[in-house]
Amino acid sequence: MIWQWVLFVAMGVLIVMSFITPAPQQQIGESSRIFYYHIPQAWLAVVAFATSMIYSIRYLKRREASLDDRAAIANALGLVFAILATVTGAMFAKVTWGTYWNWDPRQTSIFVLLLIYGAYFSLRGAVTGDERRAAMSAVYSIFAFPPAVFLMFVFPRLTPSLHPSDTIVDKNMKFAMTTDVASILFGSLVLFTVLYIWMFNLAARVYKMERARREDD
Amino acid sequence: MPVNSAGLVAKTIAVYAKDVRLEFRNRYATSVVLMFAITTLAMISFSIGQGSLAPRLLAALFWIALFFSAMAGLSAAFVREEESGTALALRLKADPTAVYLGKLLFNLTLLSLVTVVVTPLFFVMTDAATDQIGAFVVVLLLGVIGLCAATTLVGAIISKAAVKGALFSVLSFPILITLLLMLVAATARVLDGQSFGGILMELQGLFAYSVVMITASLMLFRFVWRE
Repeated sequence: MIWQWVLFVAMGVLIVMSFITPAPQQQIGESSRIFYYHIPQAWLAVVAFATSMIYSIRYLKRREASLDDRAAIANALGLVFAILATVTGAMFAKVTWGTYWNWDPRQTSIFVLLLIYGAYFSLRGAVTGDERRAAMSAVYSIFAFPPAVFLMFVFPRLTPSLHPSDTIVDKNMKFAMTTDVASILFGSLVLFTVLYIWMFNLAARVYKMERARREDD
Repeated sequence: MPVNSAGLVAKTIAVYAKDVRLEFRNRYATSVVLMFAITTLAMISFSIGQGSLAPRLLAALFWIALFFSAMAGLSAAFVREEESGTALALRLKADPTAVYLGKLLFNLTLLSLVTVVVTPLFFVMTDAATDQIGAFVVVLLLGVIGLCAATTLVGAIISKAAVKGALFSVLSFPILITLLLMLVAATARVLDGQSFGGILMELQGLFAYSVVMITASLMLFRFVWRE
């Protein structure tokens, strides 16, 4: 239990720190604080996507229902974080580029990620039979991974983009990260990841209990 | 399971020949895909009217037409097996790799046929032109292979689901965006008069895409097929 309280306090400190320290990007100003939240969200959307792929591979090898649960949970959490990253990204885009949406490569790739999550749950809804549903969605989760990875990590670097491609060492934007900024961003990444793991385990326990109850009936 | 390669080739060809013969009897997939392609082309041509479009727009419209045609018919190869109840017999007779390769070849044949009809019609109807025929054909070929590489496995997945038609495009589109973006970029450059040198990066990407997707399909297909 203790670590949940530690997370609670640390999250509180992080949120306060992200608002009372100087804005991370001086040229953009106050609105650039959003990046303390936007980057962890985008990061977790990708982490969830990879988690789901790994559990899908494990499901196809071992055929345990709990592994399929975890793949589905990772995708559900990924969908939440991808929506959050898309919305915060669009807000930041409106402030800095003037439009909410302009098909920047980064926006294209998060949009595709959203589509894959959506397609994954459409597939789950359309297949009957627990084992068949699990196998089909596992295969889709693995199959969608390589093209999405290409779109996320290769495509933004091939096409000119307004999105700061690497915030930490970007020279054109003269984004010299101060120690304050770096430590808040790093803390935010770590805390959000811990939050993600916590949510993931909670959901896995709920699924397990539901399954046990179904089997009792 | 180890398969001797001569047996694999023979079985692949057998599956392919079976599908071609079936298709020849009722021409279901061919007529649907062709009619769909012609309808889409007519829509595009109607809405453009007399004006001429920039290469990038033409390239996008061209691949949208082919994308929708592919969505209309490429799932037929597997859906037909499930609907006529022949999947079980095929599962007993042939190993998954041969089935996948046979279906892939069948889809390639079908989409190539459509492309051969659609491409000249497209040039006539939209007044597009290019003198880089060679580069255009290579992009076209890689596009057809890429579309089939990604959608054959998805066709197998949706043949096990309840709502087949709509689900096929929903599942395929996110996987195909990567391919379509490269295809539109390459085709736009070719229509703009650039030759192989100008589209080298896209060609590498297209080639890699097909290789990766076919490899992934070969690894994953048996899990779909045995359900």
